[in-house]
Amino acid sequence: MKLKTFKTGGVHPPENKRSAHVPIKILPTPAQVNIPLSQHLGQPAVPLVQKGDKVKTGTLIAKGEAFISANIHSSVSGKVLKIDDVLDVSGYRNKAITINTEGDEWEESIDTSEELKTEIKLKPEEIIEKIKEMGIVGLGGAAFPAHVKYLPPPGGKKADTLIVNGVECEPYLTADHRIMLEKSDEILTGVRIMMKAGKVKRAIIGIEANKPDAIALISSKAKDIPGVEVVTLKVKYPQGAEKQLIKALLNREIPCGKLPLDVGCIINNIGTALAIYEAVQKNKPLLERVVTITGKTLTKTGNFKVRIGAPAATLLEALGENLPAAAAKIICGGPMMGKSVNNLDIPITKGTSGFILIDESEAGRREVKNCIRCGKCVGVCPMGLEPYLLEKLAERKNFAACEALGAADCMECGCCSYTCPSARPLLDYIRYGKTNVMRIMRERRQP
Amino acid sequence: MSKELTISLSPHQKGDLDVEKIMWGVIIALLPALAASVYFYGFSAIKVVLIGMVSCIALEYLIQKFVLKTKVTAFDGSAAITGLLLAFNVPANIPYWQLLIGAVAAIGIAKMAFGGLGKNPFNPALVGRAFMLASFPVQMTTWPLPLHRIWELGADAVSTATPLGILKEGVREGIPAAELMDKMPSYFDMFIGNVAGCIGEVSALAIIIGGIYLLSRKIITFHIPVFYLLSLAGFTAVFWLLNPAKYADPLFHILTGGAMLGAWFMATDMVTSPMSHKGQIVFAVAGGILCGAIRLFGSYPEGCSYSILIMNAFVPLIDKYIKPKRFGKEVNYD
Repeated sequence: MKLKTFKTGGVHPPENKRSAHVPIKILPTPAQVNIPLSQHLGQPAVPLVQKGDKVKTGTLIAKGEAFISANIHSSVSGKVLKIDDVLDVSGYRNKAITINTEGDEWEESIDTSEELKTEIKLKPEEIIEKIKEMGIVGLGGAAFPAHVKYLPPPGGKKADTLIVNGVECEPYLTADHRIMLEKSDEILTGVRIMMKAGKVKRAIIGIEANKPDAIALISSKAKDIPGVEVVTLKVKYPQGAEKQLIKALLNREIPCGKLPLDVGCIINNIGTALAIYEAVQKNKPLLERVVTITGKTLTKTGNFKVRIGAPAATLLEALGENLPAAAAKIICGGPMMGKSVNNLDIPITKGTSGFILIDESEAGRREVKNCIRCGKCVGVCPMGLEPYLLEKLAERKNFAACEALGAADCMECGCCSYTCPSARPLLDYIRYGKTNVMRIMRERRQP
Repeated sequence: MSKELTISLSPHQKGDLDVEKIMWGVIIALLPALAASVYFYGFSAIKVVLIGMVSCIALEYLIQKFVLKTKVTAFDGSAAITGLLLAFNVPANIPYWQLLIGAVAAIGIAKMAFGGLGKNPFNPALVGRAFMLASFPVQMTTWPLPLHRIWELGADAVSTATPLGILKEGVREGIPAAELMDKMPSYFDMFIGNVAGCIGEVSALAIIIGGIYLLSRKIITFHIPVFYLLSLAGFTAVFWLLNPAKYADPLFHILTGGAMLGAWFMATDMVTSPMSHKGQIVFAVAGGILCGAIRLFGSYPEGCSYSILIMNAFVPLIDKYIKPKRFGKEVNYD
């Protein structure tokens, strides 16, 4: 059978899923956490605690007040040390709440038992409220506040399908793969909760063919759940991008500048399904997540359940390794879309999927040569753009032409730069052009 | 933290194809054709090829080092390809000084004068060939017989015309194409390369092997060669069906002359072909028709190199008006 995938563009980077067979371990509670107030898309949360306050694990410490924002809960029990600027993954200093850990006392409302609860008692509106209350955001990377997707859409649009993203198309990362193997019942209950919240009858879980064990397990458990199907997808990057995934699964194409809801879809990551299960059934806020630590410079790799706000260095400690001498770049996230960071003190946030330590041979960029007009960037662009042209136009600051040629559609997947034989900084310039196009578009709307 | 780490924007991974790998990949793909030419024309083919390659690389080196005073990239393989293809486009008995002048036209005028690799609008090797054909029409159209035919026909039969040349001359004299076909080498000889022609163009088989290698390495896509050959076959088929006595059949046109070499190695030159697959199809179809039109109605027997050069000139227009299909641009679900 021919496996489904998206048609336009895409690349096949080496998968390097070195940690795929390493079971999830629970990381010891860190001595101190830095919990950033902005771990999600939208407005930062507003702190509710002050220096010296005692908090428990799961205590609400910052409230997402804006429409697009998310609540933040303490991931440890202890005393608030300060609310100050902390260097985060962006490379900038942003406000974060620092808590010194004392013991591990959880809020009484949280069900910390391992018992599986499959009966969904809440009504859709109550589920959405619970998702919001527990600070759930998309765990795939973009960290979009999850409840917003389930609110009744404006303008009479209606969703008919829930898409659950188990693609994990980025090389190296295996956190989603592991939770599918180890938390399949919880995930499937989460999927049913999401279907109820979004009032849809159908859910599709898309998983790439390089995870046959996860596909087999989830399929066997999902076959008794009405409306839920598991679809195996051909391995191709960037299939985990929502537009490409919806195209691959349903052959629906989200128009430029529109959202999944415009084609009747709600889409969430598989990790989000687990978080939603825990929030709704166990009353547990999003205060920990599974993070992969991997890379060719490490002899061991791992998948760890980590408290939000723990410094990335604790992952290395848990592996029993020091920062390897060969490590030349530390990537937070996947190698195609992640961010490189300059130290391991940065806090793990809700959107952190993994850390990859790569060596000099992978970290460096090659010498930039003349464009040989091979057209490969055009061929691999999943949005059907012309990266070589956008690069030149952005370099010349011709933002009007960048806009006309769709720079705003670019999702920064990196296929163009990955594939360019001349190693041209295509995405760097396109990003520059896109940022300016977005600014110009914003200014036009609000003069 | 004392350790120095690289900070850069994503993507942090790089595909392994680079300019050198592409260029040397093309050269590897041309080796079967080279082997075929040595088999059919002997040592003289090797000599012409070596002179072509060395002179092109040397010229690029000298121009970069002493004229432009820029970084020397003469050894990236692109000049070697130009030299190889230029040699492939001349008869095996070409005087060497003429080949050198062709190399000056190819590298000096067509490539470096425009700014070097990636900046040239026209295929350098074809410019070199066109320059030589205009300057030395006699030597450029005097073909040695393949070695095997010399043994068959005797030592004094040393030069001959190409199948396309025989056809053109014959039709001009009013001899029906069908009758001319009897004087031609068999299609099998044309397929394996046992015919008169330029060094690299004679063996369709060897060129196809090289082309498949390029496809498998993902250096080129099928669009240009397949559509070029289909379009040439389609165009010549129309006239053959209308008047088989006057016109040769499409298989003849695909197998003879530079059509195979042009379709697989000249029209696919990345620098001088369109960027999008749609644009490449337009480029190839138009090129195939032009080639057929020159062969059937032009004064030259062979039109492949001119058809590609003419289409090279249209590439900027094609790239401007024929865009890839943008995701989500022409859909409406409301």
